[in-house]
Amino acid sequence: MIGIIDYGSGNIQAIKNIYKKLKVECKFVSQPEQLNGVNKIILPGVGAFDEAMSQLNKSGMREVLDLMVIDKQVPVLGVCVGMQIMASSSDEGKLDGLGWFDAKVKLFDENTIKHKPKLPHMGWNEIQVKSEHSILNLIDKEKGFYFLHSFYFQCNDKNDVLAEAYYGDIFHCAINKKNIFGFQFHPEKSHSNGIKLFKNFAEL
Amino acid sequence: MLRSRVIPCLLVHNKGLVKTVKFKDPKYVGDPINAVKIFNEKEVDELIVLDIDSSVNGNEPNYQMIEHLANESRMPLCYGGGIKTAEQAQRIIKLGVEKIAISSEAILNPAILIEIADIIGRQSVVVVLDVKKSLFGSYDIYINNGKKKIKKNLFEFISELESIGIGELVINSIDNDGVMKGYDLSLIEKVRDRVNVPLTVLGGAGTSDDILNLIEKYKIIGASAGSLFVFKGIYKAVLINYLPELALNKIRKISKI
Repeated sequence: MIGIIDYGSGNIQAIKNIYKKLKVECKFVSQPEQLNGVNKIILPGVGAFDEAMSQLNKSGMREVLDLMVIDKQVPVLGVCVGMQIMASSSDEGKLDGLGWFDAKVKLFDENTIKHKPKLPHMGWNEIQVKSEHSILNLIDKEKGFYFLHSFYFQCNDKNDVLAEAYYGDIFHCAINKKNIFGFQFHPEKSHSNGIKLFKNFAEL
Repeated sequence: MLRSRVIPCLLVHNKGLVKTVKFKDPKYVGDPINAVKIFNEKEVDELIVLDIDSSVNGNEPNYQMIEHLANESRMPLCYGGGIKTAEQAQRIIKLGVEKIAISSEAILNPAILIEIADIIGRQSVVVVLDVKKSLFGSYDIYINNGKKKIKKNLFEFISELESIGIGELVINSIDNDGVMKGYDLSLIEKVRDRVNVPLTVLGGAGTSDDILNLIEKYKIIGASAGSLFVFKGIYKAVLINYLPELALNKIRKISKI
């Protein structure tokens, strides 16, 4: 059973619809006890870093999530801000992140972006795979994914990088450490490419 | 590299999908959910849905409809119509919409944009400006579906939006709406000079070439259209459609340069 964390941070129904089509069991989880029986976790996200962290802190699920992800190594997938809060901190906010990755979230430097528009990084962009993993099986890298963000994820440990994208500079758009995965783009809004990612995650 | 976005823009009126000409004579073209399903199949880049009743009637956004649209949409969705407060914007984002479009309220009370961005993030705040050429060749901003002219200089206001900080600017030409004779390129040129945020243009696209020419010129731009994606042929038969594969491939090639 895949648990989609419902902490008031958008897009959860779109993910559930994809799994319904794929005939994979999933449910929304908004309280700690609902995590019983969940063997995979999706941490969605739209919005600002502090807003996402404070909602998650308020939800009462943070301790159980840490326990499941770090101690029990339950596979977890963070999307957009759901990925960014896996870092220790962000230039966008003051609150601490989950600290699951040795990484920082930084604002794109507008000076490095030579073209217009500058920020946010909005639209479909291709990705470059840095480390093969079954979660990226059958992905059309050129078709790419839909991005919508002004802050980017930067891993301090290059071994954590699954894929990069380019916007003014190279940034880390897909990350993985053991059971933990994160995508900066929105697979739930990236048509067939996104559906494949969710399918691959379900089959891990 | 990042590709230009080609974006169907759907108008909702009396719960149905309509298409206007110069913001008038809404013609019924079908059911919004059905259109979203077709655009899913065609793997459309992104979708804008504007409820043209909400702002004018002073209604709350129709959350039930928005939720339904967001649930069905497998592409990014931008919703506009009737949003006046940060709470409304947040509620809509929570329904699974990526971006909210705001027009009247942003023009009358630009400070609301800061409040909204603090909660949903600047990247999700889209401002739509409906503009019309005046007799003297300058451009005026309108609200209430093109009925009420606002005494603001378009370009000064765009600079103000740029300094407030928004996620995207949509410029909609009232004169070219539904006419399908091409975009107002001189308007686009002037606006583009003044903004660094993503710019999406709407109003006038009648063929794939209108969109390709725009993208060839600006490389990264949002090319939006209504009529082009809901009508087919010279008699304007209703048919929900998207750019042909050939045109989409050309756009991918342009983004490689």
